[in-house]
Amino acid sequence: MTSIKTPSTERPTPSDSTPAAALHTGTSDLRALVLNNLRQSGIYVALVVIVALFALLTDGVLLSPGNITNIVLQYSYILVLAIGMVILIIGGHIDLSVGSVVALTGAVSAVLVIQQGHPWWIGVVAALVVGVAVGAWHGFWVAYAGIPAFIVTLAGMLLFRGLTLQVLDNISLSPFPAEYQKVAAGFLNGLLGGNGFDAFTLLIGALAVAGYAVSGFRTRVARIRYQQPVESFPLFVARVVAVGAVIMYFAWQLAHARGLPIVLIILAALVLVYGLLTRRTVFGRQVYAIGGNLSAAALSGVKVRTVNFWMFVNMGFLAAVAGVIYSSRSNGAQPAAGNMFELDAIAAAFIGGAAVTGGVGTVVGAMVGGLIMAVMSNGMQLMGVDQSTQSVVKGLVLLVAVAFDVYNKRRAGSAR
Amino acid sequence: MDDTILEMRRITKTFPGVTALEDVTLSVRRGEIHAICGENGAGKSTLMKVLSGVHPTGSYDGEILFDGKPVQFRGIRDSEANGIVIIHQELALVPYLSIAENIFLGNERRGRGGLIDWNRANAEAAQLLESVGLHENPVTPVIQLGVGKQQLVEIAKALSKKVRLLILDEPTAALNDIDSAHLLDLLRALRDQGITCIMISHKLNEITAIADSTTVIRDGHTVETLDMLADEVTQQRIIRGMVGRDIDSFYPDRESSPGEEVLRIEDWTVRHPVQDRMVVEGVGLSVRAGEVVGIAGLMGAGRTELAMSVFGRSYGRDISGRLFVRGREVHARTVAEAIDNGIAYVTEDRKRYGLNLIDDVRRNVSAAALDRLSRLGWVNGNEEIKVAESSRREMNIRTTSVMAVVGKLSGGNQQKVVLSKWLFTDPDVLILDEPTRGIDVGAKYEIYTIINRLVAAGKAVIVISSELPELLGMCDRIYTLAAGRITGEMPVGEATQESLMELMTKDKELVG
Repeated sequence: MTSIKTPSTERPTPSDSTPAAALHTGTSDLRALVLNNLRQSGIYVALVVIVALFALLTDGVLLSPGNITNIVLQYSYILVLAIGMVILIIGGHIDLSVGSVVALTGAVSAVLVIQQGHPWWIGVVAALVVGVAVGAWHGFWVAYAGIPAFIVTLAGMLLFRGLTLQVLDNISLSPFPAEYQKVAAGFLNGLLGGNGFDAFTLLIGALAVAGYAVSGFRTRVARIRYQQPVESFPLFVARVVAVGAVIMYFAWQLAHARGLPIVLIILAALVLVYGLLTRRTVFGRQVYAIGGNLSAAALSGVKVRTVNFWMFVNMGFLAAVAGVIYSSRSNGAQPAAGNMFELDAIAAAFIGGAAVTGGVGTVVGAMVGGLIMAVMSNGMQLMGVDQSTQSVVKGLVLLVAVAFDVYNKRRAGSAR
Repeated sequence: MDDTILEMRRITKTFPGVTALEDVTLSVRRGEIHAICGENGAGKSTLMKVLSGVHPTGSYDGEILFDGKPVQFRGIRDSEANGIVIIHQELALVPYLSIAENIFLGNERRGRGGLIDWNRANAEAAQLLESVGLHENPVTPVIQLGVGKQQLVEIAKALSKKVRLLILDEPTAALNDIDSAHLLDLLRALRDQGITCIMISHKLNEITAIADSTTVIRDGHTVETLDMLADEVTQQRIIRGMVGRDIDSFYPDRESSPGEEVLRIEDWTVRHPVQDRMVVEGVGLSVRAGEVVGIAGLMGAGRTELAMSVFGRSYGRDISGRLFVRGREVHARTVAEAIDNGIAYVTEDRKRYGLNLIDDVRRNVSAAALDRLSRLGWVNGNEEIKVAESSRREMNIRTTSVMAVVGKLSGGNQQKVVLSKWLFTDPDVLILDEPTRGIDVGAKYEIYTIINRLVAAGKAVIVISSELPELLGMCDRIYTLAAGRITGEMPVGEATQESLMELMTKDKELVG
């Protein structure tokens, strides 16, 4: 415990500081690792359990090549929204308007491409510009006018739904040209040929596994060089093998269906970029700092307004990406498109471990949270469960997930 | 006199992995003021939580006898029914409710049909306020009162519950000297009325002034109970019990050799952010390399406001005046600019303004100077851990790992994390606002040692403190601040507590 030292005496090393050299050996205590990261590992376990459960209940249909492809196509835009949403939630905000923004960006794109006959990419660019502008609008009111995000985006939800109706003149537009439809419904298939399956998809899957292994190994080497604790080598290998097996199984199934969906490439790229952005960049750190303690962040020199502003611009951008994917998938723009998407995205973030009070959450967690919702919806649809029951189940899952999080926090709080 | 109101016998309380209390015994005589002291983390608060039922019966071993009878509290309501009331360090008042509403919260004065009888409540509240010497209207919202008066409201609330044993956790930690003195007088008056008090405090001078007996706790064990009346118990004697041995001096020695001037402000004036009044008026001061300059002032004198307005205008509006760093005038309009100009401000309220409590030590240490660890916006996480590790070593931060969450550290260790954060910005001037508030004696000494090390390395340090002995022990030169104006400046050799206090209260009458 605390001891008093006179200035002349040498400061002894604190007894509890393990010599860093001893940490190289790493830990193989899987149980401790899991328990220490219960918040994160809990949702992985939940995902595995839910996948297994529905695979069983649907006699394996859930994991069939065609259905896996379906899940990817059906829920990709929710996952894209969840990326932006979890970043906002970490920063202590929320965005209730994303459903309306998805509709508006899709509508703008549809008007340009379908009504006015511009090329497909003009529609995409215009949608992204509109999304960024909407984000900047929200960002201005939240960051510079100091209005709570809940209010600003609630207003935005009404505002942009109204604008969608005006842009579309209250009618649905369809169909998009084939190139535009490819964004959500397109596949990379047969680029390398294959015998009943797509070799290209498998190659991409293999590259992803290799990339995961190499980056994991490099991180490990760097951490050892900086004398930090790492997991034991067998455990590291086991982790890479497990993740690799999942990815390859996934790729194998896709390869036996229609090949590699283009949206999956978009989604994977976004997850990679935003995963790094939140964990490894100054901007990401500042988002966590603002959500964790706004005053302390401001007094540490974080430009709170700027960071808040860009968080919303980013959400607008991602909502536009989702808008393009959704309009492409539904092959047109409807006035009621994207209704309630915000709630799915918010639910994904919270199921994925984000804290209601801000400062906590991860992009990967939000993706897992979104997948839990996706697998549940899809599984129940396959089983022919009633829409109303689906809604009840999803609501309960969200509640239980957050209750678990709160319980977990309380347990952690009283442990010491 | 040997009438015992409370006896706690062989109390043992464990949390997963930690034994907080082991075989603690505490015996309190009826009608005395019983002080409990010990370093942070020694187990004082846990003991009081056991006593008040926050940790319910069954979650600990041992027995509690109140009035000679064994008692088992399942919750705070049980203990309050027995007349045991605890007032926590962080006051538990609802800011927007009135004094009377707060006093009777959860204990409402009901009239006909179960509705609250506000006339009766307000009248009773007025009587209670009278008995604690607080002259305020019971319908005043609590938010309009200062911390000192809020403390009195808490005591009035305790009295309304027919308190027989009042427990105060660090009652004077946030109070200035005048409010503290008033509170201690009130405790004496309550004792004369037969109310027994248990007081947890770090302020040993208060303990020696007021306590009838003192129990010292160290590392979850009872060390000793001192009879303050029978023996000649000095502060040194108590400290010996707390830390296990004597400390030669409260304040480490330091060679003082001020160099060139590092920071100077001239004619610094700050307006209150919402009210139409000056908080700081025409202040000028300077600090040199290798010098510790103190700012003494009562609460509300504008000390924190002055410091924060200098630190990137993070407080107030219409700020005018000139700020020089190393002889060059700088215009630091944002915190980031202030940091770039080598100014660091260590807040008086580390939990609210200093730390991200839910994040780990590592990221808190790097928070104010992430650009030093990053290239093109990418943070080098490994380098960051290295920085945090070296801070942990140099500052002697007691934590199992730099990945440990800051909110779980003790107050002293949290303060070391805040200091580490600001040292990592490599400042020329450090403004330390109440650097030892709410931390234990051992950690205080360590903080003083760190300050001396910084000064020896050529940093300029400004210390704002409510504790005059601390200023006298640490500083080379002291300014006094009253009602936003500098009322005096003297080398520490010429200063005494009395002379400082005189200057600190000087302008009050003149302006007020």
